[in-house]
Amino acid sequence: MPDIVIIGAGPAGIRAAETLAEQRLPVTLVDEGERGGGQIYRRQPAGFRRSYASLYGSEAGKAKALHDTFDRLKARIDYRPNTLAWNIADNVLHTVTGAVARRLRFDAAILATGATDRLIPVDGWTTPGVYSLGAAQIALKAQACAIGGAVVFMGTGPLLYLVACQYVKAGARVAAVLDTSPLSARHQALPRLLTSRPGLALRGLRLILQLRSAGIPVETGITPLAIANDGANVTGLRYRSSSGEIEELACDAVGLGYHLRPETQLADLAGCALSFDETSRLWLPKTDPDGRASVAGLYLAGDGARIAGADAAEISGRLAAYAVLADLGHGVPESKRRALHRAARRLERFRLALAQAFPWPHWLAGEIADEVLVCRCEKISAGELRHAATTLGAAELNRAKAFSRVGMGRCQGRYCGTIAAEIVAATCGRPVDGVGRLRGQAPVKPLPLATTAEEAA
Amino acid sequence: MSFRRLAETERRAITFEVDGHAVAALEGDTYLTAIRIAGLALRRSEFGDGPRAGFCLMGACQDCWIWTQAGERLRACSTTAEAGTRLLTEPDAGMWPCPIS
Ligand SMILES: Cc1cc2nc3c(=O)[nH]c(=O)nc-3n(C[C@H](O)[C@H](O)[C@H](O)COP(=O)(O)OP(=O)(O)OC[C@H]3O[C@@H](n4cnc5c(N)ncnc54)[C@H](O)[C@@H]3O)c2cc1C
Repeated sequence: MPDIVIIGAGPAGIRAAETLAEQRLPVTLVDEGERGGGQIYRRQPAGFRRSYASLYGSEAGKAKALHDTFDRLKARIDYRPNTLAWNIADNVLHTVTGAVARRLRFDAAILATGATDRLIPVDGWTTPGVYSLGAAQIALKAQACAIGGAVVFMGTGPLLYLVACQYVKAGARVAAVLDTSPLSARHQALPRLLTSRPGLALRGLRLILQLRSAGIPVETGITPLAIANDGANVTGLRYRSSSGEIEELACDAVGLGYHLRPETQLADLAGCALSFDETSRLWLPKTDPDGRASVAGLYLAGDGARIAGADAAEISGRLAAYAVLADLGHGVPESKRRALHRAARRLERFRLALAQAFPWPHWLAGEIADEVLVCRCEKISAGELRHAATTLGAAELNRAKAFSRVGMGRCQGRYCGTIAAEIVAATCGRPVDGVGRLRGQAPVKPLPLATTAEEAA
Repeated sequence: MSFRRLAETERRAITFEVDGHAVAALEGDTYLTAIRIAGLALRRSEFGDGPRAGFCLMGACQDCWIWTQAGERLRACSTTAEAGTRLLTEPDAGMWPCPIS
């Protein structure tokens, strides 16, 4: 029997595991979290009582279906929760559970590692009370808390409006929603949004209307300036409006996020080729339409391959499993596969339209003042990074990292990497794909201090 | 003030300690949630730029490290609070710096 391993128990990984288990193939599913479900369908702790409808809103049915599938599946596969995959090379996955390290040999690996928030630093963003947009949602979903008593959501992307609405519905006070994307971009993208996924596009419009009718200020085309604080707490926020006025708002917490970035470190360590995606200005693993990576035996699915949302993650999980089956010489239901491809193409059109409606504001790289910390881990400022890029001649990101230490800290560049590339590019007057990308390094996350020697298992 | 509870307040009350101070929590809270409900920061940046209280809540940014008395490093955002635990916001001398392993 071939050894198949899936990393990530979100929508993509669960659908991949289900598809393979249906063919009675042995599957090992590794996830760092305690409970399966991934990000969007994150489960609340045992003992919490909120209903699916209150937790997942319009997506309650999908959440329930995925959780039910997973609960049935768990007994039929080798599911390893609380298990970090920290390296992958030569058909071996290196994992750690608690402090126990293990080596897993595989014939096929599906990387379904999801995404994290994509950030742009702003003065004051390390103050307690400032969280990523995803964090603001996790506080609500997993802990039934708001990140503060008067919350501003700032950044761009559909998640900005979704999380703000979820807060309002749950009874939290939202002080404002501040979007860096200009309104004109949304108007231009609207026809493409409506033709690719009319239902979802209308739901998005409804979110904005809901916020407005709740009396919450919603602004577009803003430039973030600073998060005001007294050294220990957030006291307010300063931004430039689309008409150029400097505005100030009082608040005690900020949810900050500019879309998501895929977790590509394992793909990178496995030697998979990445290519630059002009639309998102991100480096994404190269795949064929079924999710095959450039390295034999490796497959990608879900947000870890490209940020296309939960429905696309389920589809790409199934497709990647079909690709594994085909490559192992098993039959694949061709009509189902073709239907999945059709659906995936429609969702890809929506992804592109969303990126047009809510562009990644790379232009802010030039607006970040020299004193602002780019790297939260090691306290490195935009000025230090610019100095490395110019005076020290590091017009390439990994050299800039070596000189300035940006991207070397505990988060391994997850929160500074994409903006650091924009800062280096803007400083040196080069296109952002010309300055390279931070290379993945093992371990992809810090290991427990007392990790024991590896056992093969 | 920091975190606010919006629901699920009927859980059993527990307490744990941070640097010798009692922190109230509800069963099912993460350490980070309880510490933020109490209006406290989690730790001070080792680079002297002030207090921190986590950032991503999903185990990716590593900005919420906290230590048990036995020297185990925890991510406060994804560790469920246990009654009676005694936590330290700084590791014992000799354990730091240890960014990777
Ligand atoms: C915080 C957050 C909130 C979001 N909220 C929404 C929302 O409300 N609505 C929406 O439409 N979309 C939302 N998204 C987008 C959402 O991620 C996708 O729609 C969907 O969840 C993607 O599914 P996935 O299976 O690709 O990845 P995920 O659901 O992210 O699952 C990936 C899984 O892989 C695991 N993993 C990653 N790396 C490793 C490793 N090295 N070792 C072990 N395990 C690993 C993670 O623990 C996780 O469980 C959110 C994303 C984030 C990051």
